[in-house]
This record gives sequence, structure tokens and C-alpha cells, in this order.
Amino acid sequence: MAEPDVPWVTLVHNDPVNLMSYVTYVFQTYFGYSRDKAHRLMLDVHHKGRATVSSGSREEMERDVQAMHGYGLWATLSQDR
Amino acid sequence: MAGHFEPLPGGGAAVALDEVEVSILRSLAVQLLELIGPGETHGPESVDPLDRLFAEGPSEPPSDPALARLFPDAYGAPGTEQDQRERAYAAEFRRYTENDLRERKRQDALGVVRSLDALTVAGDDAAVLRLAPEDCRQWIGTLNDLRLTIAARLEIGDEDDSGQLYGLPDDDARKPMVMAYLWLGGLQETLVEALMA
Repeated sequence: MAEPDVPWVTLVHNDPVNLMSYVTYVFQTYFGYSRDKAHRLMLDVHHKGRATVSSGSREEMERDVQAMHGYGLWATLSQDR
Repeated sequence: MAGHFEPLPGGGAAVALDEVEVSILRSLAVQLLELIGPGETHGPESVDPLDRLFAEGPSEPPSDPALARLFPDAYGAPGTEQDQRERAYAAEFRRYTENDLRERKRQDALGVVRSLDALTVAGDDAAVLRLAPEDCRQWIGTLNDLRLTIAARLEIGDEDDSGQLYGLPDDDARKPMVMAYLWLGGLQETLVEALMA
């Protein structure tokens, strides 16, 4: 069962196709993150296989995931437990 | 400027393209349009935009690997079996978003085709394609969709796969597609740099 008080997160997963510069560009453009933060998240995706890029309600995270899919990034949302 | 974008003063970017490059890009964008297609419509076929607006999208991921990568499941970690809740949520998400996503990707690819058609290439000289910031957004999305699609066709699953492909002998049937993949990567990389400049 879903626990309503537990926030949801948007995860971006690593893939061998998306350019590192492009992933950074997407994080800056869509989330409005600074170049440093976007770069750090991109490196997490690249080295750790995935990174948590945003958190909030399920509806908000679905919006972020849909946007990431629009950019061609591989994203999913899950409840942060 | 051949093969790479440069930033334009005041925003946007420009690239020099010869006749062959224009024709390859146009052909790839048209193939992408055909691949994405209108999607599977549920209910009676209708041209009424209101009906289309309320038409539900599919619940299941596309069976084509390239389409499955362009329209991935929103729930469940990659490479793991989804649980029942994740499967239900992913199906619901897909019903309400996939048609919109297909439409957006189609509009981006159409924008690329239109800007190529507006370009006049005379003789052996390359023409300079100038993109406004909004056109750049469409181009960067389509270049990425094309690379994802070609990578799915080449079965690039991890970094080792792409490394092997770069060393293919000239007579390998995959060579032209690999060359196109690398060329598109160069275009996309320089377009990102131009936009971030």
C-alpha cells in the first residue's frame, strides 16, 4: 500500500547513448539547477547508474518523469522508502 | 563550421551542411516520423481534434525496442520485474501521457524537416542553417531521439558495446549506421555547447 506521507522521487538512469553534456543541459534547462548541481547529478547518473533528480508528490514526479521522457532521458518515479 | 554547430550572437546556433548531409538528416527525420507514427488509437478513428484530445493511449510498452526506449515505463527500476502496483501505475501513466509524448516528438522531427526544406544548397557549396532558440530545442530533441533509435537498432546496451562498434571493419554492414550515429553525436554535442555558451 502507498504511504501518503512518504515523498516520491524522480530517478534518472544511466544509458550508454545520452551525452554527458546533454544530460547536464537537460537538468539545467528543465529543473533550473545551477551548472555545478546539474553536472554533479549527471556524474551520479554516469558513475552510480542513477541519480535522484527531484522529489515531491506523486503527481509532481509524474510530471517530471514525463518531461524527462520528452528529453529522451530514462526516468522513473518511486516512493522514497 | 562543417559538421558542428556554432553559437549565434543573440541566441540560437548555426551549422554548415552540404547537399548530402541535408539529405541524410532529412531522410533520418522522416524515418523517425514514420517510426513514431500517430500511435495506437483506442476507439473509433476520428479526425475531430477534441476526440483525439480525449483518446486514451496504450497501456502496454511498445514491442519495438527503439519505441520502447523512446517511451519507457515510468514505474519500476530498469532490469527488474515490476510488482503489481508498479505495473498498474505504469499502465495508467502510459494511457494518459504516451499520445502527448508521441505528438511532441513528431512536432520536433517535423520542425527539423521544415528547417531543412527551407535551406537552399547550391552546387558543391555548403549552406548555412541558422536556427532560432526554439528551433534549437526541436533539433536537440530530434538529434537525441535519432541517436536513441539508431542505438537500439545497433543493440548498444552498454559502454562496451559502443566501444566495439567504433572499431568495426569497413565492410561490416553496420558501418554506415555507426558513422551516422557518431556524426549525429557530434552535431548534438556542439549544439548543446552552443546553447550553453
